[in-house]
Amino acid sequence: MMFQKEAWVRIKRIVMRPEERTAQIPEDTRNVPLEMWVKGFAEQNGNLGDTIRVRTLTGRIETGEVVEIEPSYRHDFGKFIPEILTIGITLRDILDGGDNDGE
Amino acid sequence: MASSDYKMGYKDVMNRRNEIMKRAVGIDYAAFEFDRIGFDYERMMREVGYSLSEVMAIQRAQGVGNTPLLKLNRLTALARKLSPTGMGAQLFLKDEASNPSGSFKARRAAVAVYQAKKLGYKGVIAATSGNYGAAVASQAAMQGLKCIIVQETYDSKGKGQPEIIEKARKCEAFGAEVVQLTVGPELFYEFLVLLEQTGYFNASLYTPYGIAGIESLGAEIADQMLVQTGRYPDAVVCTNAGGGNLTGTARGLRKRGAVETTIIGASVDLSGLHMASDGDFNRKSFTTGHTGFGLPFATMPDRSDVPRSAARPLRYMDSYVTVKQGEVFYMTEALAQLEGMERGPAGNVSLAAAFALAMTMPENTAIVVQETEYTGAGKHLQPQLSFARENGIAIRFGDPEEEIPGKSIILPSHPSLMKARPLPLVQLRKRLVENLVSPAVSAHAQLTAHELDFLADESRLTREAIEKIIRQVIPSDS
Repeated sequence: MMFQKEAWVRIKRIVMRPEERTAQIPEDTRNVPLEMWVKGFAEQNGNLGDTIRVRTLTGRIETGEVVEIEPSYRHDFGKFIPEILTIGITLRDILDGGDNDGE
Repeated sequence: MASSDYKMGYKDVMNRRNEIMKRAVGIDYAAFEFDRIGFDYERMMREVGYSLSEVMAIQRAQGVGNTPLLKLNRLTALARKLSPTGMGAQLFLKDEASNPSGSFKARRAAVAVYQAKKLGYKGVIAATSGNYGAAVASQAAMQGLKCIIVQETYDSKGKGQPEIIEKARKCEAFGAEVVQLTVGPELFYEFLVLLEQTGYFNASLYTPYGIAGIESLGAEIADQMLVQTGRYPDAVVCTNAGGGNLTGTARGLRKRGAVETTIIGASVDLSGLHMASDGDFNRKSFTTGHTGFGLPFATMPDRSDVPRSAARPLRYMDSYVTVKQGEVFYMTEALAQLEGMERGPAGNVSLAAAFALAMTMPENTAIVVQETEYTGAGKHLQPQLSFARENGIAIRFGDPEEEIPGKSIILPSHPSLMKARPLPLVQLRKRLVENLVSPAVSAHAQLTAHELDFLADESRLTREAIEKIIRQVIPSDS
């Protein structure tokens, strides 16, 4: 996928390789790189996966691999959790006199 | 921009940390240190921070604070129904979600950003995955400064906590640049690099500004309770992570004269999960308000991102309780279903604790939950439970006592199973003293009387108890 100069993109860069990480962290963390993501305006035309320079919102220049063009938010309200549905029913039952104390 | 002679490697940058911090906070912390381990906390707060009336004026100018204190009638009725006759304290809730950024953190950010602007900084940076990021971004927007938020967001598979991703969105909504990282304490390195590169102000949660900003919250609780009930509250419950929320609230209550009010810290129990572990990262269903921050910050406050933290919770805490993740999710739903308010979940740690405590307190007492936070996509009990289930965590009804952090989330099968479990506060106070004296121990130095007074203020232990700990830590000297 191609993008033009000035496109809004998300880049990823490795800040520390596993061998550069500090000693006093758990092993699972020490075995993986410290990675960073930031969004900015592309300083050149390119393709998804290219390593380019971007200009961030504060005007900083960052370099990294383009992982997303025109990035969007995809977080949501998750899947249906049946347990949640029953909480309100139970509580109103107890409080408003369902079958508990015959109030 | 950093000069090209500067070395940017991890060790080089960490070696410059004090110099970078001094430039980025504008505080000479050494001026408040004395002898070997002493630190004049109150003088720092007096000379560097702002008075309560100044804080309130700064916040009013930005539309921060003055939030409603709501009486939780239906939850109180429920607590009374489940308690022995005559028991069940009246619950109140300080609705901090009505601040511009959606949480009490706006209070801290208002003062920090005001200070940054006053000192002539062009922008602010904060390292936070929590609501504080949105608060700093919101205040930077209002006060016309640039803003960078540094977040720990993803595990090594690039999978992010929905709650943190939502907070990033909110920061960006206010025009901030968000730098996201994978798990690890080296975030601090990247944070220092950004401070050095931009010359921005470190809007740390732990400066005197960040703490003075919360004093208004304590003061408002005192004032509002006086109006609504004719007296100060019997207890105030604060969600505790870095300690600033509790410290500032307690200071504000004291400044208003509410000295009899019991200050209770509450954290969600994440015992067994390592905060710097890539594998554990997405097994947590709470990214703040938990014991993984609450315990180490209480016993070692100066481990924060400034040389001397203004958040010193053990000076103010009268008791410290934990609740389970399942209990907090349950109370989040209860707040929506019985009080008609969608808030949290992380901010409801104190609500879960307060509900359990209310059942053990007499009917004529009042307990205040001192915060709420906004809710939305990602930051809501359903996506968080959905994410937990996807990560193999068992979710079921039962006795929350059986919950194992990272393995299960147990929603109480009945609200009477809600509990606030006290932590051994004396042990924490002793650990704090051990941590504070350790630099002197390595130098085999005798502590001065002034330093012993400092340890007593920090730990609220007696002089005898402190001397006993010191003798144990330095056995060869006794």
